[in-house]
Amino acid sequence: MADLALARPRRRTLRLRSGHVGTTLAALVLAGAVLAGLAAPLLWPLDQSAIALDNIAQPPSLAHPGGTDDLGRDGLHRSLYGLRVSLLVGLVAAVVATVIGGLVGGIAGLLGGWPDRLLMRVVDTISALPHLLLGIFIVAMLRPSLGAVILSIALTHWLSTARIVRSELLSLRTRPFIDAAIAGGASRARILRRHLLPHILPKIALATTLMIPHAVWHETSLSFLGLGLPPHLASLGNMINDGQRSLLTGAWWASIVPGAVIVMVTLAIAALAARWRDRLDPRVRAELNL
Amino acid sequence: MIKLIRRRLAVAVPVLFATSVGMFLLGASSPMDPAMQYAGAAAFTTSPENMAELRANWGVDDPLPVRYLRWLGNLLQGDLGWSTTRHEDVAAVIGARAGWTLLLIGITLAVVLAGSLLLGTIAAYRRGGLLDRGLRAGAYAVESMPVFWLALAAIAVFSLALGWFPAGGLTDVRATGTGVGDVAHHLVLPVTVLAVSQTPWFLLFVRDSVAESLRDDHVLAARARGLAGRTVLFGHALRTALLPFLTLVGTHLPELVGGSVLVETVFSLPGLGAVSVQAALGSDFPLLAAITLITTAMVLTANLATDLAYTAADPRVRIDG
Repeated sequence: MADLALARPRRRTLRLRSGHVGTTLAALVLAGAVLAGLAAPLLWPLDQSAIALDNIAQPPSLAHPGGTDDLGRDGLHRSLYGLRVSLLVGLVAAVVATVIGGLVGGIAGLLGGWPDRLLMRVVDTISALPHLLLGIFIVAMLRPSLGAVILSIALTHWLSTARIVRSELLSLRTRPFIDAAIAGGASRARILRRHLLPHILPKIALATTLMIPHAVWHETSLSFLGLGLPPHLASLGNMINDGQRSLLTGAWWASIVPGAVIVMVTLAIAALAARWRDRLDPRVRAELNL
Repeated sequence: MIKLIRRRLAVAVPVLFATSVGMFLLGASSPMDPAMQYAGAAAFTTSPENMAELRANWGVDDPLPVRYLRWLGNLLQGDLGWSTTRHEDVAAVIGARAGWTLLLIGITLAVVLAGSLLLGTIAAYRRGGLLDRGLRAGAYAVESMPVFWLALAAIAVFSLALGWFPAGGLTDVRATGTGVGDVAHHLVLPVTVLAVSQTPWFLLFVRDSVAESLRDDHVLAARARGLAGRTVLFGHALRTALLPFLTLVGTHLPELVGGSVLVETVFSLPGLGAVSVQAALGSDFPLLAAITLITTAMVLTANLATDLAYTAADPRVRIDG
């Protein structure tokens, strides 16, 4: 009898294909941003309230690559600190929102029946609320602070996770291996722990990652409106707001530099998340569905 | 259809109610004291007796449920309250500004729909072509730009560097009324910025669904009959893709409202968004709560309307509740 010859899976070689250049670039940008954010307080500490009135509105130069604003503060330096805050807020808020959404979606998907219908209809209705206005309301009533901003993001961004978790659970429940586990006498807790969670967790992690850019935009929007961090603290939104003032005097760099930082980092996160999604679920076509 | 409306209301009304309770509790837990806010600097010279009388008159120290029911009752009777920052009737503040916000959102929506349908269809027809790739790359780039930043960039280029359009406001400072041409000139930049920031999502959706319906049998049959390419593309492929698109417009309205808040603030337009930000900065509960609730109710109604239109246009579809 002839050997059943199966083609051996070829080892992946480490060579960049054309589609990977963007991913590599995104990974480098994100790694650089995180490293810079972590290392900044050690290597390049910032005095948040320091001003230099002899050095105001300087265009970008070698000494100040991001220029200086109308109080003589270094644009690049403050953007770095603003990015730290934005990423921190984005990460924490995305995790909190994921926990809320995971619980709601989990309850709906596991129970099924009328609790599922009711919860999902409530989710649909809440997702129709104008979330920036609600976020503004929450922050305005709690007084602007880091905690209020995080709460405002978490309370308005948990809906997509609830939908993802619920639909995943519903589709998993009908799969044969769950029937097999039930037939084998596995308890509900065991089915959840051994069979359902391993399938869902990567998707939840992906949903959290995809939410970070949204959380960052929400935070910068609130800060831009003056409803985020206190104005003297460096935050990307605050800086763009300050830059609006300088813009009319011709100092374009004061708002362009922090904005470019937001765009680069959120685009990098979104691109990496999209690539991750392709790997998780190759059936879904690569699409940066933000 | 009646059933759909009834089932929608069965959820929407409790959610609106819960939203109002949540907002009221947040407002009540806020450190702002409405009596002190009303008195302003005079609070330091007013005698404690007078302040106490003011508080008693307003009932600010009544138990929470009493205050909530009074507030809700007044809202339902059309009394929206008294703005603590603008010292004006809330209804008057909203009435004077709602029209401009509706105008901004309406024109923007029309531009977004027309632009994304046209460009998305052409991109789908020439999949993988230069236009398709360019549009998609541009869409991803724009999606990651905060709309207020886009607005500032537009001001820097088109008002400051080129001087084509004014940088803000609704009318020229020398104007005495609101002339149509003057307002239109001032609205070009805000509408463009808001439309550009909202288009990517619609554009990508149209492109994908038209690309999919181009593979359908009825499109193939139309081709086989020898119909012109344009007729097939717009008359058959786009038409199939159009229906699901319309219902998604309703679900995207909250984004548009959020964008209009930011755009109005950057361009200093006298709309609801800009005034709600001012109210938020002054912790003006009556004004902010009224705007948030009214906008929420309007978005929910618009959503219901798009779904009704969808079921009317396509009898095969039964939207479940």
